Amino acid sequence: MDMKRDYYEDIQLFKSNVVLFWSAVLLLALFTIPLYAPNYYIYLLNIIMVHVILAVGLNILVGSTGQISLGHAGFFAIGAYGTAFLMSMFQVPFVFAIFIAAFIAAFFGFILGLPALRLEGPYLAIVSLGFGLTIMHIIGGMDVFGGRMGIKVPPLDLGIKQLGISWVLKTDIQKYYLILIMTILLVVGARNILKTRVGRSFVAIRDSDIAAEVIGVNLTIYKTLAFAVSAFYAGIAGGLFGFVLGFFDPFTFNMILSVIFLVMVVVGGLGTIQGGILGAILITYLQYDFLKNIAEVPYLGALMVAISKQWFTTVGLENFSSMAIGLIMIGIIIFEPLGMFGVWIRMKKYWMTWPF
Amino acid sequence: MPVGQLLVEGLAIGACYGLFATAVVIIYKTSEVVNFAQGEMAMFSSFVAFHILSVYQLPFWAAFVITMIFSILLGILIEYFFLRPAKHPSILGLIVITLGAEMFLMGLAGWKWGAEQKFFSLPLDPSLTYEPVKGMIINNWAIAVFAVTTCIMLLLYVFFKYTRLGVAMRATQQNKHAAKIMGIRTERVLSFAWGSSSLIGAIAGMFFASRATLDPAFMMEPFLRAFAAAVLGGLMSIPGVIIGGGLMGLIENFFGYYQWKPIIAFIVIILVLCLRPSGLFTKHFVKKV
Repeated sequence: MDMKRDYYEDIQLFKSNVVLFWSAVLLLALFTIPLYAPNYYIYLLNIIMVHVILAVGLNILVGSTGQISLGHAGFFAIGAYGTAFLMSMFQVPFVFAIFIAAFIAAFFGFILGLPALRLEGPYLAIVSLGFGLTIMHIIGGMDVFGGRMGIKVPPLDLGIKQLGISWVLKTDIQKYYLILIMTILLVVGARNILKTRVGRSFVAIRDSDIAAEVIGVNLTIYKTLAFAVSAFYAGIAGGLFGFVLGFFDPFTFNMILSVIFLVMVVVGGLGTIQGGILGAILITYLQYDFLKNIAEVPYLGALMVAISKQWFTTVGLENFSSMAIGLIMIGIIIFEPLGMFGVWIRMKKYWMTWPF
Repeated sequence: MPVGQLLVEGLAIGACYGLFATAVVIIYKTSEVVNFAQGEMAMFSSFVAFHILSVYQLPFWAAFVITMIFSILLGILIEYFFLRPAKHPSILGLIVITLGAEMFLMGLAGWKWGAEQKFFSLPLDPSLTYEPVKGMIINNWAIAVFAVTTCIMLLLYVFFKYTRLGVAMRATQQNKHAAKIMGIRTERVLSFAWGSSSLIGAIAGMFFASRATLDPAFMMEPFLRAFAAAVLGGLMSIPGVIIGGGLMGLIENFFGYYQWKPIIAFIVIILVLCLRPSGLFTKHFVKKV
């Protein structure tokens, strides 16, 4: 069904005119959403898009290269703190600040990639988990970064202060367009990375690192590169996330956040761009909207409150969200290991080959 | 603080890490799953003990027995409902399942008991101390930890060496298919491993809880440090893990300032895994292609 006949067919951005058409429709819809969606949803969409950037980056590492990372909250924190710190302390213009912060994150990704050369599976998961915790504690222990009290983000000024140009984005809608453009660029970038020699090396490492080494893929370069690229995406996402929130403290970037990032990739579908996007949308929506306000959902909300009153505590109802996400994680591995993208592929196959 | 004091405290907390790491190792040995939910299983059991003590006002020994039974059931149920239905999961799949169990338990505990910190105390008077050598004060808590750890180690040694079930567990670890052919019900062995590991974890969790406070996230960092201890000793050997735990406690007490303690664990894991990936006390194995 998905057969590629030559190389150019493999690398083209849109597989067919149908895909091109629907992509254009999607873009148009995304650019016009602020015209009719309420402001709260714009905020939600901002967070979703930040998580899409991160999930796409993490999918390059986990899905395409086969390395496990439970430390992406660390890179996310480096991006957020780096951007805010550079802008408020050194008056670096936004565009440079976010890229410098992302490159710092990428450098840390490279550092984390070094032990990953000798580790795999659960060991790598633990090392990256420790890395994420370490970053959180180091940032929390340094007073320059506001310590445990957190840090307030400077105004999002797209201009260059040194030249006297100032273009401050204040509302969520203005930020929405900035984040949307960044997201589109980065997602297309990730897709293109995976279509190049580098991307094919990543996939070769995932399928068998020993075989990849035998056919001439330099493991040292490509494994650390995968970590660096993924950390770069996390850094950019973190920088934008800081501006969406406006205020954050080190405990925003705890271990649970890393787990949730991994869940996005696993739930969406490993190794595909669409999977990362789908997972980020679903999990972020559940976490920030549906499960967070579950008490206000019609029927179900009343039931949950009643259950809480009977057997649990109503104050603790917010913790239901982590319970539900835990069940989703277990369920997806048991029932649908390919994630939501796997469901989509099955549906597509069913309709394309119908009635067989 | 004098050196002797640091030594005793380091060894005591290290014994706790070792005990908890033993729980991790039992599961890893039998099923090659690194159980990320181990900390939260212990946390949940400690909360059950806390609930029995504070709401039902039962004496401590009754609460202890009920908690132990509960923790065994918890381990068996998690294995039965979460891990067993997964058909040939990948390593990532196993990690995601145990992380999911962790999130589930954490959410459940938060829903039931709220996120605020609780105080959990063992029936040990912390002011009661002994000073066998000058400058080396041992408190009741440390003595209890040493006693319990020694008992559990002896029991485990006897269990793995002399009982039929222990031998069956070792056989399952070495070769699952051969063990099955020999008539060992490997599923049952797995259940048993999860149950006993959960029990040991719950005991360690109660020690940790009485030393700090009890809240749904309190086992997260002890888990990482216990895992560092397990890696130090090699994930496959139980005596090695106890020595690793002791070393970990000493390293942390001698070189770690309060806020850098989690980083120490991280550095230990990285160094050990990079220099001697199979741990200090186990034989090196080479991956076959």
